[in-house]
Amino acid sequence: MALAIALILIVVASVLFHFVSPWWFTPIASNWDLLDDTIQVTLVITGAVFVAVNLFIAWAIIRYRHRPGQRAAYEPESPKLESGLTAVTTVGIVAMLAPGLYVYSDMINAPKDALIVEVLGQQWQWRFRFPGADGRLGVSDTRFMSGERPFGLDPDDPYGRDDVLVDSPELHLPLGKPVTLLLRSRDVLHNFYVPQFRAKMDLVPGTVSRFWLTPTRTGRFEILCAELCGIGHYNMRGYVIVEDEAAFHGWLATQPSFAQTLPATTAAALSLRR
Amino acid sequence: MTHADTADSHTDSHTGSHAGSHAEPHSFWTKYVWSQDHKVIAIQYSLTAIAVGLVALVLSNLMRLQLGFPGAVSFIDPASYYQYVTMHGMIMVIYLLTALFLGGFGNYLIPLMVGARDMVFPYLNMLSYWVYLLAVVVLMAGFFVPGGPTGAGWTLYPPQAILPGTPGTEWGIVLMLTSLVIFIVAATMGGLNYVTTVLQARARGMTLLRMPLTVWGIFVASILALLAFPALFVSGVMMLFDKLLGTSFFMPAIVSMGQTLEHSGGSPVLFQHLFWFFGHPEVYIVALPAFGIISDLISTHARKNIFGYRMMVWAIVAIGGLSFVVWAHHMYVSGMNPYFGYFFATTTLIIAVPTAIKVYNWILTLWRGDIHLTVPMLFAIAFISTFVIGGLTGLFLGNVSVDIPLSDTYFVVAHFHMVMGVSPILAIFGGIYHWYPKVTGRMLDETLGKVHFWVTFLGTYAIYFPMHYLGFLGMPRRYYAYEGYEFIPASAQTLNAFITVAALIVGVCQLVFLFNLAWSAFRGKPAGANPWGATTLEWQTPDTPPKHGNWGAELPVVHRWAYDYSVPGAERDFIPQNVPQSVSPSEAPDADPAAWEGHA
Repeated sequence: MALAIALILIVVASVLFHFVSPWWFTPIASNWDLLDDTIQVTLVITGAVFVAVNLFIAWAIIRYRHRPGQRAAYEPESPKLESGLTAVTTVGIVAMLAPGLYVYSDMINAPKDALIVEVLGQQWQWRFRFPGADGRLGVSDTRFMSGERPFGLDPDDPYGRDDVLVDSPELHLPLGKPVTLLLRSRDVLHNFYVPQFRAKMDLVPGTVSRFWLTPTRTGRFEILCAELCGIGHYNMRGYVIVEDEAAFHGWLATQPSFAQTLPATTAAALSLRR
Repeated sequence: MTHADTADSHTDSHTGSHAGSHAEPHSFWTKYVWSQDHKVIAIQYSLTAIAVGLVALVLSNLMRLQLGFPGAVSFIDPASYYQYVTMHGMIMVIYLLTALFLGGFGNYLIPLMVGARDMVFPYLNMLSYWVYLLAVVVLMAGFFVPGGPTGAGWTLYPPQAILPGTPGTEWGIVLMLTSLVIFIVAATMGGLNYVTTVLQARARGMTLLRMPLTVWGIFVASILALLAFPALFVSGVMMLFDKLLGTSFFMPAIVSMGQTLEHSGGSPVLFQHLFWFFGHPEVYIVALPAFGIISDLISTHARKNIFGYRMMVWAIVAIGGLSFVVWAHHMYVSGMNPYFGYFFATTTLIIAVPTAIKVYNWILTLWRGDIHLTVPMLFAIAFISTFVIGGLTGLFLGNVSVDIPLSDTYFVVAHFHMVMGVSPILAIFGGIYHWYPKVTGRMLDETLGKVHFWVTFLGTYAIYFPMHYLGFLGMPRRYYAYEGYEFIPASAQTLNAFITVAALIVGVCQLVFLFNLAWSAFRGKPAGANPWGATTLEWQTPDTPPKHGNWGAELPVVHRWAYDYSVPGAERDFIPQNVPQSVSPSEAPDADPAAWEGHA
């Protein structure tokens, strides 16, 4: 009997907690609000099942708890009831899966004209690279990496020379423009995670992963690492500043190109070779 | 062979089996230490698993201390925090849950429930335990080597797991991988035994569709273990090669801490595929035995047949099969081919259908039952509640796009602790309170049992329910500290302190359970042969606790399914499986109504 009361109280407390909880999604700052809607749909469906099952158990305990002389019914199975419940469950599952996959197909198909930015991770800091005027990122590889050349760009690749290198953990993005983030890691797995953007993705050494979004709100948002990457994992901080396009271009112009970061002699030698 | 065993083998011959036809031991060593008796091995497995589980429990409380009261405990630095995270996870999943369900419950219950004298390979069974113990010793050695145990997280993802920057890359990771490889050897020897015993050593009349669901759960879980553990085995060996021999199975070209490494060409994502090819079936290796135990507990204590038995069996088989095609739902943000997401989201949500059927049938078993709220029943009903919340949150995480914002947040931590931490542990507690009388011949103390139940059940809700909301907020998991993050309000720290207090209370409360286990073994109320009035064969043994060989001179013969409770027209509300159809239930052997009616 106490158990029935406890289950009812758990249901009441859970529902109350849900509505008074100050802990909820951060206000969204990207185009993935459909994702928030899908979560709401899922929450309503699963919440209803949670309440129904617990209340049913509580009711069964109250109604059918042992009393002297009571005897249980004998009913091995009921194909009709079982197939009915299976059907209802299937409908609920489809109601969650369909919108989920619909949003997902958007998430993995970036617009062709999206701005490209590379995110480069290492233990425990962030760097960023833009492709420059030619719109193409130059080749990079671990064998070109050194203390002075953290990005590892191939000095012989012409596409790399105008790449804009952001050697700080602060990334600026223009408001309202789709952006594809190409993710690369020098050492271990990391994950580029901005809670307000909702979307996130691992950085995997040896390969390039990607995801896209459109920033929809100006502001300064924290970048976190969301894939365990060693003892500094909890402290791998960065920032995204979403601002209007003019401010973004102003900021981008202050960042050096790869060619500008090369020592004068190397740069001269390279231009001679070309 | 003794004379008695020869006679037994003769009796066995009609089932085509010679299970357990080994001599009865007489010395202390062969009886209690190098024992080949499945019941002794089961107790060895269980006590070892509980002991190592206590270590993991202490580690979890240390983690919670850091999260609830950051910096309050001076010896918890980031390195040790990540070591606690890793060891807690691995111990709980592998060395406690897997070992206790299969090596403990499986060993004790399979031969007794199917009517065999022992496992079919008793010597292999003994070896399985000792190899398991070796795996535990190697794992625990990690605490005493330079650098300490690995802090790579229980998923051990490379390259991080074997590179500087992660604690325990000197020795800890080598010991961890070695221990896992040894454990898999033990689990394979055990698993072969359980599967073969179920297939070959059942008593006459015990058809597969008359087996109790506990046996079905453990049987299918053992098959999953035999098929899934090899993937962990090879990935463990390959990572040892990467670490010790400089190969590059999982290691691409890397610049680590400013040093260009010799590795090139390997794939970190390959490890994740192998790990989760094991790791997802592993969830069901733990869940299926729990499903079976809960089914039998609910049926017995509600005095009602399990609802939809055949559907329950097929659901176990279907879940077991599907569990092999859902693994990459752990990898939606891993950088794998994004088109995989469609497939794995679909298979994952399909698995919810047979799982939901199980839940429906449990609660429909309660419906129109005669519910005795015994301690095992309290745990069984609590299991349904916690499993439902854990299963439902799985629908968020399985659905690829919904997973993305929640992935690697506290929502995930809350989800998997509810579904494969709290729920299986509640099933284990329920199972122990239920079968302890058969194992020891004495009842566990009911008052202590209720204290243990209420603190554990309500405490785990207090810990994990609010944790989902920290995940909605976006708090990432595996963080040593959250200082200075602007999107996290100060109130989240208050909530974390609350969760820590709840976790400490639940942790300390387990001492009540341990005390009960020890005290009741000597002082508990004598149980009699069948204190719950249960139908299954283990309650029909001539001796309690069952002696070597389990059944005396004659093996039981099975005449009915495992769920003849409250049969209309029958005098008592249960008919044991070995009672012939024609015989009136009142003539059932060893049925002592006075012994069980007192436990209302």
